[in-house]
Amino acid sequence: MDLLPFLLTQCLNALSQAALLFFLGVGLTLIFGIMRIVNFAHGTFYMLGAFLGYSAVRLTGSFWAGLVIGPLIGGAIGAAFEMGLLRRLYRRDESAFLMVTFGLTLVLGEIIRLLWGVNALQVELPNMFAGIVFLFDEPFPTYRLFLAGAGVVVAIAIWQFLERTRLGLLIRATSQNAEMVHALGVDVNLVRTAIFGIGCGLAALGGVLAAPLVTASLGMAGNAIIDAFVIVIIGGMGSFLGSLLAAVLVAFVQVFGNYYFPDFALAAMYMLMLLVLVIRPGGLLGKEA
Amino acid sequence: MLRIESLNTHYGASHILQGVNLAVPRGRICAVLGRNGVGKTTTVRSIMGLVPPTSGRVLLDGQDIAGWPPHLVARAGVAYVPEGRLIFPDLSVLENIRVGERKPAKSWPVERLLELFPSLRERAGNRGSQLSGGEQQMLAIARALVSDPKVVLLDEPSQGLAPLVVRELAAVIRRLCQEGVTILLIEQNMKLAEAVADELHIMVKGRMVYAATPEVFRAEEEAIRNRYLTV
Repeated sequence: MDLLPFLLTQCLNALSQAALLFFLGVGLTLIFGIMRIVNFAHGTFYMLGAFLGYSAVRLTGSFWAGLVIGPLIGGAIGAAFEMGLLRRLYRRDESAFLMVTFGLTLVLGEIIRLLWGVNALQVELPNMFAGIVFLFDEPFPTYRLFLAGAGVVVAIAIWQFLERTRLGLLIRATSQNAEMVHALGVDVNLVRTAIFGIGCGLAALGGVLAAPLVTASLGMAGNAIIDAFVIVIIGGMGSFLGSLLAAVLVAFVQVFGNYYFPDFALAAMYMLMLLVLVIRPGGLLGKEA
Repeated sequence: MLRIESLNTHYGASHILQGVNLAVPRGRICAVLGRNGVGKTTTVRSIMGLVPPTSGRVLLDGQDIAGWPPHLVARAGVAYVPEGRLIFPDLSVLENIRVGERKPAKSWPVERLLELFPSLRERAGNRGSQLSGGEQQMLAIARALVSDPKVVLLDEPSQGLAPLVVRELAAVIRRLCQEGVTILLIEQNMKLAEAVADELHIMVKGRMVYAATPEVFRAEEEAIRNRYLTV
């Protein structure tokens, strides 16, 4: 096997992995940027997305339906949770948020177990993604190519949303000074609900997309929340670009680590995190140390 | 226009505003002077709803807005230019203004604001953090005006500015007054307050204790200064 085609396909592989990590991390970092809270339930929304994707495919026969329904339901649950519970806690200290979002993790996890059972569920790929394509004469799973593309599209969409829309402007302003935004006549509670819903919806989207690769299972949430934290810490809390950069870096470390040092691959991600923390304690693009 | 009646505000156990009374007539500039810590900023923050008052009334055109959440106070027509300006550091100059533009402005559209503050036009694409103190102050005023407010609360606008910039600021405040904007000005800088205000009020320990026109104030200045303002 030639080196160059091998490297190129591995890079694409890493980008597809980066897409999943990005969907997971970007919501967590945006929520932190606005609300200064750590959403412990973020991994559970990812898991919820995977199960919703499974059911959507079962019920409608369409993978695309899952891509729409999963984020919508995940986002709606996130927004409702923010309005119903988190909103009452903004004047409390941060440990209250940790407890409440951890509680949501347990409740949502139990609900998922009751609804879908304890077995891992295989999500079928649509025919158009089930095969392989040849890139530079190397076989490559079509679905991973689609994932990499989806990551690019969603990253550009979020960036344009933050830069071009009124809500995006308010989200950026609120992350810099929420009280000032409030005093300028904006109901910041709605901004908070929106960002929490969007963040949870993106995590669910990541779950829908990950399910065909890893099956939908009750173990997903725990792994996902750790990956998400690593992305947010490496990228810098609250930084959109940071989460994108961190997702790509971590994915490359995972993919190439798995190939060259398979026994060591899991540790590599944490070593990357430690390295970043030593050099830039606030994360690559983070503000405060 | 804006009328405050026996307003009381507490921070925890400390009683900061102890029955503040103040009236700002339409189209006028009322300045409030006072030493540090007498409750000037708390007065403004109480009007704005950022610190909910414990009792009393804040009447805007006769409607009691005391205790409303800040966004509703703002929508009722009160614009806030905070102490320290609080420009969004990572937003551009235009974006800073657009946060305050909840609907297309009638009296103060962005184009008119950029005419009023030519230095902001030059720096329209710059981030808030890249502006000088004077430019940030103009931006904070522009961000307030773009909401077409009935009354503007200006909290210590001269803070940290060079004398030349303060003079420029005075010209801007007078210009706004000519355009019919009603202003409540909180100041430590007596010269600025004297130069622009129609009425001067002095606050001591959470109460208004003195009110006069600038002419009367100038005549009594020595005595008033020693009694209420010098530390």
